[in-house]
Amino acid sequence: MRYSAFKILKEALTGNRGWKPVWRHPEPNPEYDIIIVGGGGHGLATAYYLAKRFGLTNVAVLEKGWLGSGNIGRNTTIIRSNYLLEGNQPFYELSLKLWEGLEQDFNYNAMVSQRGIMNLIHSDAQRDAFVRRGNAMRLSGADAVILDRDGIREKCPFLDFDNARFPIQGAIWQPRGGTVRHDAVAWGYARGADERGVDIIQNCEVTGFQIENGVCHGVETSKGPIRAKKIAVCVAGSSSRVMEKAGMRLPIESHVLQAFVSEGLKPVIPGVITFGAGHFYVSQSNKGGLVFGGDIDGYNSYAQRGNLPVVEDVCEGGMAIMPMIGRARLLRMWGGIMDMSMDGSPFIDKTGIDGLYFNGGWCYGGFKATPASGFCYAHLLATGAPHPVAQHYRLDRFLRGAAIDEKGSGAQPNLH
Amino acid sequence: MIIEHPLLGPRDAAEFVYLGDAAMIDRPDGMTVDDTGMHDYMYLRDNPAGDIRELWYHEQGDRSWLVVTRNTITHEITKVELARDVARRSGRSR
Ligand SMILES: Cc1cc2nc3c(=O)[nH]c(=O)nc-3n(C[C@H](O)[C@H](O)[C@H](O)COP(=O)(O)OP(=O)(O)OC[C@H]3O[C@@H](n4cnc5c(N)ncnc54)[C@H](O)[C@@H]3O)c2cc1C
Repeated sequence: MRYSAFKILKEALTGNRGWKPVWRHPEPNPEYDIIIVGGGGHGLATAYYLAKRFGLTNVAVLEKGWLGSGNIGRNTTIIRSNYLLEGNQPFYELSLKLWEGLEQDFNYNAMVSQRGIMNLIHSDAQRDAFVRRGNAMRLSGADAVILDRDGIREKCPFLDFDNARFPIQGAIWQPRGGTVRHDAVAWGYARGADERGVDIIQNCEVTGFQIENGVCHGVETSKGPIRAKKIAVCVAGSSSRVMEKAGMRLPIESHVLQAFVSEGLKPVIPGVITFGAGHFYVSQSNKGGLVFGGDIDGYNSYAQRGNLPVVEDVCEGGMAIMPMIGRARLLRMWGGIMDMSMDGSPFIDKTGIDGLYFNGGWCYGGFKATPASGFCYAHLLATGAPHPVAQHYRLDRFLRGAAIDEKGSGAQPNLH
Repeated sequence: MIIEHPLLGPRDAAEFVYLGDAAMIDRPDGMTVDDTGMHDYMYLRDNPAGDIRELWYHEQGDRSWLVVTRNTITHEITKVELARDVARRSGRSR
């Protein structure tokens, strides 16, 4: 079933009786070519690109809960490609390009909204660093504009430009950045994969791997054993727990990241704005709520909820750049479990066990990566070789001294 | 979270800096360990869901290192020790 304006009109005139469920609820087959563990954004995108780009449809996605119950439904929906390092930036730029064509590609309204992202600059040193970053972005084919105070004032007159401690000196602006409706991304990819024959099996937890002589032949699940030639894990915050069942220890810690939404307000924030002297970022949803967040709590957690010191820190950051939000009331707050890697960068790789693949370590930035992550993971699974833009995301990179430390903050997850 | 500091009593976790798994106390001897051993020590983590023993540094307090036993699913803290005592018990001089 294709969605179109004509279809909406027709359904409106015929009592909306022609809409069908967007995906099936099949029982698992005893065997598949490829099993994807984890039905979050990355798992569903992988299934979609396996089917669409590589014609591989004897595929199952096994999801422990329901689609969208993980971080794909918990994030603050920001997309951007404003990275510095060579290992990262081409990957994120591919992702942004895929976002730009996504809705046409999978015929689903994901509300991709390129309203721009503005990272504020508060010191001379920071301007130097951001100009360098902007150059790296443009070298990769992305867009980057350095704004002076007047340039910012045109877009965001409400900022506290002359704050005593953190005066605003400028900004780096990526016009093509923005936000996307996160649930719709999961649904769109799920529908596209299902339509092409992929089995999406919900309420099916993977509890173990069938490994013989260093080769993985399948998985144990809450719905019984399922065999496959290739098993591709992408379970985000649960990475360590799942890979432990294959006897692997990962360069990953699980941490909680909180997010906040205010009551609905009239349109006031034009795009995404980030504070450069602390950690605070904000955008405004289509319903009018201010969607904002900041740092991870900083200690290992699987609790999907955080603590108050971070709430205070985030709100202080907000008040430092836009005191006008001080009287907005908070509507909701929640937490999600991040797979924080040692250098803040992800992995898309084979493992030491034949047939077993791993995708994870996305930290707090894996939503924007969803299309490229699925695309590159599908590429690795289908061709056996890493996609050129994901070739640095290897599991052995610390052993080789090839960490991708985007922030330059050292080998400890809670510093990123 | 409130951490029951063995010397100072209940302290807000916000006064502390977090380092992670207390297994890091047992650093291998850099002169004898091979690359893989040092890599595993530095970069790989058990990352359990459940009880974990972890290092917290009381930066905005008495600057002691603590070993805190905490549940990563509930955030409940069940035991707090001075890291020095833990290290000594395992045979270290300090
Ligand atoms: C508060 C918050 C804000 C964020 N903001 C942003 C942002 O603005 N921009 C951005 O780019 N990123 C952001 N992120 C990060 C982003 O959401 C994640 O990096 C990304 O969603 C992770 O990939 P995923 O969608 O596949 O994960 P998930 O949706 O978590 O998918 C993993 C799935 O695996 C399933 N699973 C786990 N164990 C098993 C098992 N044993 N068997 C079967 N299935 C299993 C889980 O149920 C889950 O559905 C944010 C995250 C949070 C929590």
